[in-house]
Amino acid sequence: MSTPHVSLWHRLRRSRRAGLSAALLALLLLLCLGTLRWSTSAMRAQHLDQTRQAPSLTYPLGTDEMGRSLLWRTLYGGALSLSLGLLSAAMAIVLGTAYGAVAGYVGGRCDAFMMRIVDVLYALPTLLLVMLFTVSVGDALEQAHIFSREIARLVVLTLAIGGVSWLTMARVIRGQVLSLREQAFIEAARALGIPTWRILLRHLLPNLAGPIIVFATLTVPQAILQESFLSFLGVGIQPPQATWGSLAADGVRLMNPIRFDWWLVVFPCGALSLTLLALNFLGDGLRDVFDVRSR
Amino acid sequence: MLHYALRRLLTFPFLLLIIYAVAVLLIMAAPGEGLETGSRELSPEVLAAKKAAYNYDQPWYERYFWTWPKRLLWDQDLPAHQYEDWTVVEILRAALPVSLQLGVLALSLAILLGLTGGVLAVAYRGRWLEHLSLGLCLIGISLPTFVIGAVLVIVVGLWLGAVPVGGWGRPSQALLPALTLALPYAAYIARLTRSALLDAYAEDYIRTARAKGLSETRVLLDHALRNALLPVLSYLGPAAAAIFTGSFVVEKIFMIPGMGTHVVEALNNRDRSLILATVLVYSVFLAGFNLLVDLLYGVVDPRIRVGATQA
Repeated sequence: MSTPHVSLWHRLRRSRRAGLSAALLALLLLLCLGTLRWSTSAMRAQHLDQTRQAPSLTYPLGTDEMGRSLLWRTLYGGALSLSLGLLSAAMAIVLGTAYGAVAGYVGGRCDAFMMRIVDVLYALPTLLLVMLFTVSVGDALEQAHIFSREIARLVVLTLAIGGVSWLTMARVIRGQVLSLREQAFIEAARALGIPTWRILLRHLLPNLAGPIIVFATLTVPQAILQESFLSFLGVGIQPPQATWGSLAADGVRLMNPIRFDWWLVVFPCGALSLTLLALNFLGDGLRDVFDVRSR
Repeated sequence: MLHYALRRLLTFPFLLLIIYAVAVLLIMAAPGEGLETGSRELSPEVLAAKKAAYNYDQPWYERYFWTWPKRLLWDQDLPAHQYEDWTVVEILRAALPVSLQLGVLALSLAILLGLTGGVLAVAYRGRWLEHLSLGLCLIGISLPTFVIGAVLVIVVGLWLGAVPVGGWGRPSQALLPALTLALPYAAYIARLTRSALLDAYAEDYIRTARAKGLSETRVLLDHALRNALLPVLSYLGPAAAAIFTGSFVVEKIFMIPGMGTHVVEALNNRDRSLILATVLVYSVFLAGFNLLVDLLYGVVDPRIRVGATQA
């Protein structure tokens, strides 16, 4: 935990797989988010005389059933998938860290009670409740007209996925805090009369950086995966918006033995798979660096 | 042990109540009653009659916590919002066996493939078979089910034309969906088996077995594997629950008329009675599996007699 950041970078850079993955992810993020201001309108432009075209020079990734360019749609879908994944993972990390740190540091009955809640939440049919949440609260938000319809969907999805992904994080952080709080420097801080919130923020949090970073890189692919499931099932993002999951769903829907437009399935699925694999490699590499016992 | 079992059994209904209450809360957050189909305007009389048929004239707590559960379980005449000719129980009766068959098939496949993969990875340490097995595991764990399903459909179903790619009823139609559903769990089981086997190899009794002159195969299968089975066994409960409650995507890809299809349709149609009923069914299974596994723990491994030390 007390590894200086310099040697940490050295050790990470020695793992070629993790380095390559990080580079690939940076490239994907740059590509998808950098082109967002053009892709938002370009992904909706229909060319009804050129529907379901195979990849060509004009349409490098082909077109869908309404003649929309799959390249723009994949870029736009990537921007949404990645930012939704990052946002909800961020929410899960903040929530899980705060919850776990408080439970572990306060200890006793409070800890037992807080962890019982986590146990109960673990036993819920998560995907089903997330779907229900997205549908119901999504409808409510749309009717409330606080945000535009599209923003409301994004907010609900982030809340839903972030709201169920923090449980593992809370358990890991609590375990770390339980062992940290017995150490001398925390005792010293307490003896100096430093208030609890300051101990949590200034003394515990920096020492939790390792597990937080590792679980962050493992939570992001989970969040992206959850979002793609929801959008694939038609519960998440609604058209005309699109993510990699909903694009894949469109492709699978159009798939049949008579006509099969492979590019509609292969490109969104490929982009999603590449991202998930890279994130998992990066997470594994970081875990080796920090040597956190997972699970 | 008995104490613990009794306590777990008593918390079971409470857990169900909590889940049901959460579902009711979420449903009530949505505006409207899910009765307006949107396609055409209903006349006030029809709407009033519909509302009465679904007990919307009652206050919410009476409707959701007394009338609906009673009509669902006791009278069995609670209709689904979207298919008014069907009661919820009839829909569940048709869909539940399909999902259960798919789940059982997928679980058996996951165990079979996972154990084989894990054992092969250890038996061929450092050779290409281990790398193949580990690579497949990584793919199985990190790729979403619909990608794996789509690849299987394209390669096995469309290019090779070996098996039908959709529908339900013939055994050949069950192969691809079961495989798709099983692969992530098979990958996880293979990883578990491998690491447990490697742990077991560090133990003294393996050296003893080798010193007795047993063949490497027998050391692996008889001595190491037996002790490596426990972590796999304890994963089976969560895996069974996750496989059964996670078949939404697979059922959609392969057009299987199971629970998952109905859940997704009910959600997209805001079909309140069907949603609540499916939530109930899923929670009974999930909580039931968890309970079963916790109780089996104590039976399988006498070292973990939960509660015995506390009493």
